Amino acid sequence: MIDAVCQGRPMHDREDDPVLEVRGLSTTFDLRTGPLHAVRDASFTVRRGRTLCIVGESGSGKSVAARSILRIVPSPGRIEAGRILLHGVDRTTDLATLDARSPAMRAIRGARISMIFQEPMSSLSPVHRIGNQIAESLQLHTALDKPARRARVIELLRQVEIPEPEEAVDRYPFEYSGGMRQRAMIAMALACEPDVLIADEPTTALDVTTQAEILDLIARLQADRGMGVMFITHDMGVVAEIADEVCVMFRGEVVESGPVDGIFHAAKHPYTRMLIGSAAKLENRAAAKPPAPGADAPPILVVECLSKRFRAKKGLFGRRAVVTDAVRDASLTLRRGETLGVVGESGSGKTTLGRMVLRVIEPSGGRATYFDAAGTAVELTALDRKGLRRLYGEMRMIFQDPMSSLNPRMTVEQVIGEPLRNDGWRQRAIQDRVAELLDLVGLPVDVMERYPHAFSGGQRQRIGIARALAPEPRLIVADEATSALDVSLRAQVLDLLLDIQRRMDLSFLFISHDISVIRYFCDRVAVMRKGEIVELGPVDRVCEAPEHPYTRALLSAVPRPDPRARRLGARHRYVEEVAS
Amino acid sequence: MLAYVARRLLYMIPTLFLISLVSFAIVQLPPGDFLDSYISTLEAAGGDVSSREVELLRARYALDGSVFEQYFAWMGNVLQGDFGWSFMYQRPVEDVLWGRVGLTFLISLASMLFVYVVAFPIGVYSAVRKYSVGDYAFTFLGFLGLAVPNFLLALVLMYVSLTVFGQSVGGLFSPEFQDAPWSWAKLWDLLAHLWIPVAIIGTASTAGLIRVMRANLLDELSKPYVETARAKGLSERRLLLKYPVRLALNPFVSQVGWELPALISGAAITSIVLNLPTTGPVLLTALKSQDMYLAGSFILILSVLTVIGTLISDLLLAWLDPRITYE
Amino acid sequence: MSAQHEAAARDEHDWSVEAWRPAPDQRTAASATASQWRLMWWKFRRHRLAMVSGVVVIVIYLLALFADFVAPVDPNLTSTRHTYAPPQSIGLFVDGAWLPHVNGYKVEIDPIAVRRTFVEDPEKIVPIGLFVRSEPYEFLGLFTLHTRLIGPLEPGQPFYLLGADRLGRDVLSRILHGARVSMSIGLVGVAVSLGLGVLLGGISGYHGGWVDDAVQRLIELLKAIPTIPLWMGLAAAIPATWSPLTVYFAITVLISLIGWTSLAREVRGRFLSMKSEDFVTAARLDRASELRVIMRHMAPSFVSHIIATLTLAIPAMILAETALSFLGIGLRAPVVSWGVLLQEAQNVRAVATAPWLLTPGLAVVIAVLSLNFLGDGLRDAADPYAD
Repeated sequence: MIDAVCQGRPMHDREDDPVLEVRGLSTTFDLRTGPLHAVRDASFTVRRGRTLCIVGESGSGKSVAARSILRIVPSPGRIEAGRILLHGVDRTTDLATLDARSPAMRAIRGARISMIFQEPMSSLSPVHRIGNQIAESLQLHTALDKPARRARVIELLRQVEIPEPEEAVDRYPFEYSGGMRQRAMIAMALACEPDVLIADEPTTALDVTTQAEILDLIARLQADRGMGVMFITHDMGVVAEIADEVCVMFRGEVVESGPVDGIFHAAKHPYTRMLIGSAAKLENRAAAKPPAPGADAPPILVVECLSKRFRAKKGLFGRRAVVTDAVRDASLTLRRGETLGVVGESGSGKTTLGRMVLRVIEPSGGRATYFDAAGTAVELTALDRKGLRRLYGEMRMIFQDPMSSLNPRMTVEQVIGEPLRNDGWRQRAIQDRVAELLDLVGLPVDVMERYPHAFSGGQRQRIGIARALAPEPRLIVADEATSALDVSLRAQVLDLLLDIQRRMDLSFLFISHDISVIRYFCDRVAVMRKGEIVELGPVDRVCEAPEHPYTRALLSAVPRPDPRARRLGARHRYVEEVAS
Repeated sequence: MLAYVARRLLYMIPTLFLISLVSFAIVQLPPGDFLDSYISTLEAAGGDVSSREVELLRARYALDGSVFEQYFAWMGNVLQGDFGWSFMYQRPVEDVLWGRVGLTFLISLASMLFVYVVAFPIGVYSAVRKYSVGDYAFTFLGFLGLAVPNFLLALVLMYVSLTVFGQSVGGLFSPEFQDAPWSWAKLWDLLAHLWIPVAIIGTASTAGLIRVMRANLLDELSKPYVETARAKGLSERRLLLKYPVRLALNPFVSQVGWELPALISGAAITSIVLNLPTTGPVLLTALKSQDMYLAGSFILILSVLTVIGTLISDLLLAWLDPRITYE
Repeated sequence: MSAQHEAAARDEHDWSVEAWRPAPDQRTAASATASQWRLMWWKFRRHRLAMVSGVVVIVIYLLALFADFVAPVDPNLTSTRHTYAPPQSIGLFVDGAWLPHVNGYKVEIDPIAVRRTFVEDPEKIVPIGLFVRSEPYEFLGLFTLHTRLIGPLEPGQPFYLLGADRLGRDVLSRILHGARVSMSIGLVGVAVSLGLGVLLGGISGYHGGWVDDAVQRLIELLKAIPTIPLWMGLAAAIPATWSPLTVYFAITVLISLIGWTSLAREVRGRFLSMKSEDFVTAARLDRASELRVIMRHMAPSFVSHIIATLTLAIPAMILAETALSFLGIGLRAPVVSWGVLLQEAQNVRAVATAPWLLTPGLAVVIAVLSLNFLGDGLRDAADPYAD
């Protein structure tokens, strides 16, 4: 219906026709320290009506490749070589030869190739109305007048399933949820009916159920319009779910490409095999997992009706208190030697729950009881500061962010030795123990003198684990301990934790948003939603036969890293009414 | 928005109260009450003071009461527009006050306008052409502007104009308009004189704000929404003006509001050097000769008006940035 | 398989990104083991203007400290025979022979202004030298010296490198001595502000709640009042009978009473952002005492920022003192400060006759400029882990 207004758009092409061909693309950043070859000799093809997934871990050059196509590589980056061929009805343009700032290039951006980005929070201007930002594309690339643009924007918002589009058009981005913003971004990208949509990790910052919806939406819009999609992701599950073709990038190079089934089931390159292997590994319970302790095993932690209520003052004089129940009446029992997973989406209260157990966050109600080695019950929620500090040797925490949880101004030895030092250990004894711990987490002993900035993310997480283990704890609260790591490292760190658990008789409260990590690592799992535990049971039972409709929705929204077993299309959708 | 305005107005009340306390403290600081000095000056001048007059004044300002009574008497009078008696001018304070306060604010607001008009484009230029020769030059000039005290700049300017052009700059009016009633010609004369103090007062703030604008814009330029806009096909210039500059404007606007006290300060001291008929010179003489009602009133009025000025700039900011009232 | 063996096995055919990508600083062993202060120093060193400014600041403080020795004469020595004597230039040769000297003065009557003026007299040679004998003076109140760095070989001969003022006092000597007061008022003021700022800002940030609210309102109030009129009001109340030293401290306290606000904000902001940092939570869970959490874990991350902010606060204090003294309500003669010296230049006619009266202003500008550059460089280097 709008085709007529976006001129120059090729019509009636056959599916499968290549619409965008990248040949031998090299993009280099001229840094002070020397040239950085972000993309080297990369070639791939986007076909009409098809989805090409570019997959790779952080630093693989996949985002730079996408930006090279649109010629929006940030300085000091430049395209060194290669052709970027955009096929039109009558002619083909080599985007690499255009001036990045030329009107010709600008006429292509947003009109024939458009792009959506990872961060739905910051990718929209916070001070302009959503409608204004979407209409801008129309203003640039079509001849529509203002009322017509507005009508078209409302139509677009309706197409991306934003409720009440007539009102939504005049809202600001901060009034939207994350998923809604990403929908608005998609509406913006599709405004001029582009031939190619480049999506750069568009679902990475979203919850898994929201991710499933956005993937659905993109697939549906693609089918309607027959555009080519170039989808950039690090998640092999998403790749298996949506890709027609896959292009694997590593260190700026395309190491393997081809149809999705071939990539997943007959990968040639070892890196591809490793990526798929790591993802597939997390599809099952860890082989090395010790058997779960029986129901008769003594408890180490009992949580009863733990609640946290946050009050924010609002309105005139701050009289109108806005109450948020971060956690409501959470109850669970962790047995000795057991690993209990807590899974939930952002805002479900899982992190608050974990931190309340350690009293890092003060609970507003309920009780948590810890049982020490002799089996004596200690009521955590009634302890004073001194009593808590004594227990902090037995209960430890592993943090999510390996960057911010290590003090950058202390050496590895000081970081790991801090709990020992505060326990009154002597310098020599600390050194010996730190060496022992470094060995345990697989780091060489001679890194003791170094500062955290000299380590990579995975290594830092190992240091964090060593610190948690230093005073020989019995209980560890791990808060998203693997979430900041690339998939290939995730399994490694989990295996390390399993190994240590076996040796040290540890119990874990393991918090994660990632159900596959939980399934790999945990014995039982508690599913949290909006502050409440909706389901709790053995991992296998919950994963195979979830009882609560939300758990079912959550599980079915997780993409499976196997293109032969796609399931998002048939997934279970959780509707609010079902719960209440 | 209305609730926000109401809340900001309510926040002002304790501020205004504290300001009145400070001003009152300044009135009270010199030993003895003002009547003592009033009487002594009058007697020194050979005048005669009737005891009845003294009694009346004493009662009016509750000078025999406690400090609290004196404060409330003073505040009560002030709220009715009676700021006390200036023995230096032998007139009620308000007669001296308003004309001078008006000119002070005229100069300060003109300086603010000057700061805006100069700092904004230079800041944008410096950020967009980061590390260019122009950027370095402006940065250096900015630092220099921050390092030269207002009064020194005024002195140098006066010296240069006296030795090179052989005329003295100073005052806000040419002699023929000094006491003339307001007319277009007088207004024009004022504007012709105004730019020198305005430039002097505005220099330091301009220098500071160029740096603020540059830093803000550099921050904004690296935000993802800029990339989104670029991917839409916007031209660089239009993109720059519509998005990052618009967002960098917010902290810039709030900063300008906080520059107002500095500009008023600058106006006070510059006026003394250039001998402008604003509050500065009167305040100084009033303080030196302990004409405390006059001095206290000046400080009170200047502070109150400054608080109102910053309020206006905060409201402007709230209007610019929808997120603020939403919080 | 133990973790160690696994790590070894990983190395053989590891395709994970971590395995080949070195962490940014791992390339040099030196940076891996460098403490934050060393990293900051490396970062600061790259900021050349700040380095130069740092040297200038040190030189100014040294000159102030050794003003007695460096200044050619006593700053309060008057000479009615040399009122408004212009600056002399140093010559090195007389008739081709090596003889460092300045020229003496002769009096001329300006026929238009009908005024006595001094001009340099090329006939009068005043030989000068380094480490010359002089009238005895107390050096820093410690011991008596008879030597000055530079001056006429024969004490008492006219020697005015930057000219003389209304009473024939040597402007150069006065600037050097004025540096003592002006530069130290910055330091003392900053120390007072530091105390107030760290105390109130720290309490505000650490305690939060109503204390935070109260301190924030107070800061807003102080920031809303135009400082110069307020200072004028308060400074004017200082009794004229107070001794110069008391006045000096009163003025310093006045200036820092208003100057502490930005520092308090800085401290509070750092405290607040750091309170929720994971590594601070980790320290608590490591059984560190509250004192240790603050001193060992939190403080090192913002001490550098505080130092930078302090450096940037000194010039503001110097400017404040100069302004107040210039207006005649700050320090008063016989105290010598740059502001007091500039009082001489208040009358533009005087400046027109003796433009060298503005040279103390130049000293102010140089000091403030280099302190600002230095502070800017320190601020950039304060977080060596950024970018």
